[in-house]
This record gives sequence, structure tokens and C-alpha cells, in this order.
Amino acid sequence: MSDPAIKVSHVSKQFGDTQVLRDISLEVAPGTVSCLIGPSGSGKSTLLRCMAFLEQATSGNIHIEGEPLGFTDGPGRKRQSPAELRRVRSKIGMVFQQFNLWPHMTALGNVSLALRRVRGMGRAEAEERAMKQLDKVGLKERAHHYPAQLSGGQQQRVAIARALALDPTIMFFDEPTSALDPELTGEVLSVMRELAAEGMTMVVVTHEIGFAASVGNRIAFLDGGRLLFHDTPEVVFAAPREPRLEQFLDTYLDRGAAMLK
Amino acid sequence: MSFDFAVILAKLPQILSGLGVTILIWIAGTLAAAVLGFVIATLRRFGGRPVDVLLQLPIEVLRGTPFLVQIFLLYFGGPYIGLRLDPWVAGLLGISIYGAAYYAEIFRAGYQSVPPGHVEAAECVGLTRNQIITAILLPEMALLVMPPSINMAVILLKETALLSLITVPEMTMTVQAIGSQQYAFVEALVILALVYWALVELANWLGRLAERNLSKLSA
Repeated sequence: MSDPAIKVSHVSKQFGDTQVLRDISLEVAPGTVSCLIGPSGSGKSTLLRCMAFLEQATSGNIHIEGEPLGFTDGPGRKRQSPAELRRVRSKIGMVFQQFNLWPHMTALGNVSLALRRVRGMGRAEAEERAMKQLDKVGLKERAHHYPAQLSGGQQQRVAIARALALDPTIMFFDEPTSALDPELTGEVLSVMRELAAEGMTMVVVTHEIGFAASVGNRIAFLDGGRLLFHDTPEVVFAAPREPRLEQFLDTYLDRGAAMLK
Repeated sequence: MSFDFAVILAKLPQILSGLGVTILIWIAGTLAAAVLGFVIATLRRFGGRPVDVLLQLPIEVLRGTPFLVQIFLLYFGGPYIGLRLDPWVAGLLGISIYGAAYYAEIFRAGYQSVPPGHVEAAECVGLTRNQIITAILLPEMALLVMPPSINMAVILLKETALLSLITVPEMTMTVQAIGSQQYAFVEALVILALVYWALVELANWLGRLAERNLSKLSA
């Protein structure tokens, strides 16, 4: 049996006196989509950030395709060298809630920068590849626009293209549609659906319960820093209900019902 | 009493030589100050907490004492610890160090102005720290640090006048000497003021030009 794409072992995270994550363990199989859901403040974004080592877990370990990320294996829990961290992290593509495009570069510049600086490609080759990625997210014509000249949905699609340009085997999405107007979320979600259909391993922190239910192979439900459920959508959304999960889902159903009135 | 600028202007070659020294010390001193200030701000940002705290002290001292006192200490106090400097070496060093303290603060604000997410995004695509500084942080902060940087350059130009007090043969010393020889003190001072003002206007104009080009780049 092959290594899981991502293995989270007993991860806890403390900010000062606040316990944000409590002893979380989970595995993500290659080629699957896991959606992290839960009320705000439940720790789902922090968990994803720990999985990308943007946040250091107070205790516990993260493995990406069998290799430790951030801290070395073995006793002492030593920090990895920056070069080693970059190497292991290169398997992950990260997409942020706030897009985090670099405002002084065009869409093409954003997507091609790492190809040139990290992969050492020449300008022409890097831009050709970047152009293909922009085409994939439907933004070839916007390649020479600056982020400020793009809509939120377009910016997020550029951010996805930027992450994909380096051929990651895993993609992390941290509330990718939360900063978008409702009518712009669709274009981002459809790009993500395509990726999932291509077999990309994905971990998605989201409030889009519909997306989680239809695209997710696994749903992880966090509450108060604890992982209460990590199972298939069928089990999580239908079968034996946990009171906190029921309450959480009800608020979404109520909102849906209110919209229909 | 009447003004007679002719007696001052008759010494034009001397004045121009003084002007040359002023401009040289100003440009070299400001560049050194900006580079040193950037290095200090970068060390404070990436060097960890001890380095940050350690570097804060000299900055506080340099910003909290008059420039005149600093150059007197450097030039007249230096020999007590075996540091004997030519006047104009002391002057250039003084301007560079004094300016560096302010440029360090300007660049510190610049670093703080870049959203942390922009750096995280760069880390996630595998850029090294140096690449993040040169490709992301510096260009993103450029527009923000430009106005205070020009302002500081203007202040440093005017501070070079104080170097006359440690006998650097710059413009203020030269023109005042001519004024004394010719008994035309006030005329000398008026000419001095006009030349400094012209230089400041020139610096401001160059600054605005740079700003406009930068903002065009980051449209």
C-alpha cells in the first residue's frame, strides 16, 4: 500500500493560552478531495496552514507523500533546513482566501515568476507555460492585466494558475471563495471541480456545503479545535448525527430555506 | 547700506568647488545611508528578536541626539579612541550613519506595509528569502518608501552645512569665508540660501519623476 498523500499525526496548536487545534490526526489518500468544514473559529484554516507549514504546529507531525514537512523525523523535533522545507513543500500548491497576488506584476508575471526564479527557466519558456496555465483557468486574454484590473473571481483563478504552474501533486485551498461576491464564486468552483475530476489531491477549507457534498470524497468536520468527523459525505450529511454537526448544518439549511421564501 | 553680490560672485570658481564638495558628500552620504538603512531594516526583519532589539538601540541614540553633537563626537572625540579622521571622511561618515538611522525606520515601515500573505504566497511557490526580498518585498514597498526617502535626502543635504564646523571645505564654509574676506556676510548668506533651495527643488523634482514612473509600473 502506498503512502497517503498527506498524513497529519497528533497535531495540536496553541496561540498563547488559546488551544486552537487539539490532537488532530487524519490521512488524505492520493487523488481524493477532502473538505474541511466547521463553524468559524473551529480551527479549520489553522489546520490547513499547519499542513502547509505556514503555521508551526505546537506538537505533532505532518507528512507529505511519506516525507516530513517542517520538522525532521526522529527525536528532538528539529526544524528542517530552508532548502529541505522548500523541496517537500514544492509538492503542494496553495490558494488563499485573499488571493495574495503580487500587485506589481501582471497575471502572467505572477504565474511565471517561480518558473523563472525557482525552476530556472528562460523568460520565453516560462511565459509559454504560464500562458497555458492561464488558458486552463480561462484567463488567457487577461494575461497582461495587473491584479487591480481583475475581478475577485479572476484574481483567484490567476492564483490557482500560479499554484498549478509548478506541477504540484497536492492543492490546498483556504476558503477560496469566501472573499468573493456570490455571483463570482461559481467560476472559481468550476475550475476546482475540473481539477478534482482530473484526479488532483485536494484539501479544501470551505463554507460551500454544496461544493463539499458534491465534490468531496471525504468531509472533515471540526469544532472547537477537535476533529469530530472525517468520513464520506454520505455518512457525514446523512447518517448518525452528532449534535454540533446537526446544529452547524441546520444554520445552512435555514439560510437556504430563507432564500427560497 | 546696499547689497553687493558682485564681490561674492567674483569668487565663483571657489564657490563652485564648495558646491562640488557639498553635492559629492550629499549624494555619496545619502546613498550609503539608504543602503545601510536597508541592511539594518532587513536584519531587524529577518534576524530574529535579539538582533531586532540590539539594532534598535543605536537607531534610538542616533535619532535622539543632534547631528551637530554626533559629528563633533566623531571628529573631536574620535582621536581619544585612536580614530583620527580627515574632516571630510568624518563628514561623509557622519552623514551616512545619521541618515542610516532614519532610512532604517523608513524601510522598516516599508516591510510592514507588505501584507504577510504576499510573502506566504512567495514561500509556497518555493522562492528563497533573498528572492522574496528582491522580487516581492522591495518592489511592493517602493512606492510607499519613495516620498519619505526623498524627504530624508533633502534633510541630509541641509545637514551637510553643519560640516563647515568640522572644517570640511563644502559650500557653507567656502561662501562664508568669502563673505568674511569681502565684508559681505549677508550677501554670502543670501546666496547660500538660494543655492541650497535650488538643490532641494531639484531633488524634489527628481523624486516626483521617480514616483510617477513607479506608480505607472504598478498601475
